[in-house]
Amino acid sequence: MSRWLIFPLLMLFSAIPIEAGELRGTGDLGVVVERAKGSLQVIETSGNSVLGRIDGLGDLSHASVVFSRDERYAYVFGRDGGLTKVDVLERRVVARVIQSGNSIGGAISQDGRLIAVSNYEPGGVRIFDAETLDPVADIPADYAEGQRSKVVGLVDAPGNRFIFSLWDAGEIWSVGMSDPENPAITKYPNVGKNPYDALITPDGRYYIAGLYGEDGLALLDLWYPERGVKRILNDYGKGEQKLPVYKMPHLEGWAKAGRHLFIPAVGQHQVLVVDTDNWQEIGRLDVHGQPVFVIARPDGRQVWVNFAFPNNDTIQVIDTRDLKLVETLKPGKGVLHMEFEPRGGEVWISVRDIDRLQVYDTSDFNMLADRPAEKPSGIFLSARAHRTGL
Amino acid sequence: MKRTALIAFSLISSAQVAQASDISSARESELLNLLKHDCGSCHGLSLKGGLGPALTPDVLRQKPIEYITATILYGRSGTPMPPWRPFLSEGEANWLAQRIKEGVQ
Repeated sequence: MSRWLIFPLLMLFSAIPIEAGELRGTGDLGVVVERAKGSLQVIETSGNSVLGRIDGLGDLSHASVVFSRDERYAYVFGRDGGLTKVDVLERRVVARVIQSGNSIGGAISQDGRLIAVSNYEPGGVRIFDAETLDPVADIPADYAEGQRSKVVGLVDAPGNRFIFSLWDAGEIWSVGMSDPENPAITKYPNVGKNPYDALITPDGRYYIAGLYGEDGLALLDLWYPERGVKRILNDYGKGEQKLPVYKMPHLEGWAKAGRHLFIPAVGQHQVLVVDTDNWQEIGRLDVHGQPVFVIARPDGRQVWVNFAFPNNDTIQVIDTRDLKLVETLKPGKGVLHMEFEPRGGEVWISVRDIDRLQVYDTSDFNMLADRPAEKPSGIFLSARAHRTGL
Repeated sequence: MKRTALIAFSLISSAQVAQASDISSARESELLNLLKHDCGSCHGLSLKGGLGPALTPDVLRQKPIEYITATILYGRSGTPMPPWRPFLSEGEANWLAQRIKEGVQ
């Protein structure tokens, strides 16, 4: 009897911010970017509900988020150069700086003390104190006399390093921040034309930049950085007509399943499969369109793929045992992002054009929840706090 | 006198444009949605630039409508700008070019 009385009370409480003194963990929390409104929705994955909203975050048209190691604070990187630290529990802005004119993403250092932001304008990386957002280091991406590059593919790496790629210059830079006063910069030139994004493998060993301007990817082994950058999958598009790309693929949000890495092809409607033992291509799958995100379920048994315009109403699921497509979902127009719950049982999907946030069971593909959100894009669960590169 | 002529001229040209475009208001809002979100994925939601260049009235002042229309329809080879011809008529591309040039909120 008493259980039934408590239930509605809990529902009531979950709709208002956590009051001081009320205890709650953050392990099942996350945030969803509402790109047009400039706000975040705070969600929880135990009951798949929306807890509330945080407003006033500026232009979030290409926003991404990292979490503090205690999973309480989210750092939001906005397109307008805004870097905002929000308290996920109290659902309020704690600190905010406009640190550039135009930025693309960010990362949190291994020790959790530094936040790095990659910028298009002025091109470079700026590093801030995670506690206060005070500036710590400024690394302009100057690659030739008077030439400054847009920076993409910024990730954190073991050893308190940040790694990123220079779109205009075709270079990869590594910045060691063990001594924040003296950033240790190592540059790898000539990695290939127009790196558009990058990933770091979940073990923190390999940094891989995708190339837009030519076939193949650039690989840096962080266990052996002195060996430099080598090219992999050089032949994947050879002799084939490149199809137009209506949205650049994303590599962040890695897709490693066992020893296999799943990578979106650029200008081909294919997902490439690479053996990470020898970096040889072992297969490719024809898919519904230009892949954007290719993301493995945390156990590696499935890989989920979404697509660029005009095929962005669809998600396809690959069974990694035999590299076959096992499911095609049609959540609605404008599927922008997918985020797995940490143990992989459920996945959150943002569907921009119909203003919905959907949750699916990954074992039978049934929809478990369907919630309103205003032009939702990126979904970020707090478990990212403990993953290198996320 | 000169001013009257100018106003008359601009009235005529905007009337011509309205005739030439002939796009339903439902389609117009679809096109603006496309501009904001799909063009915006490279050029920024507010068209202030991203991996692709900014498309603000300031930047485009020197570019004729025909040039912008052709870029939308046929893309620009050697850059990531793809052709939107499969999804847009010439009139629709022209209408979008005008919206971009005058600035969209």
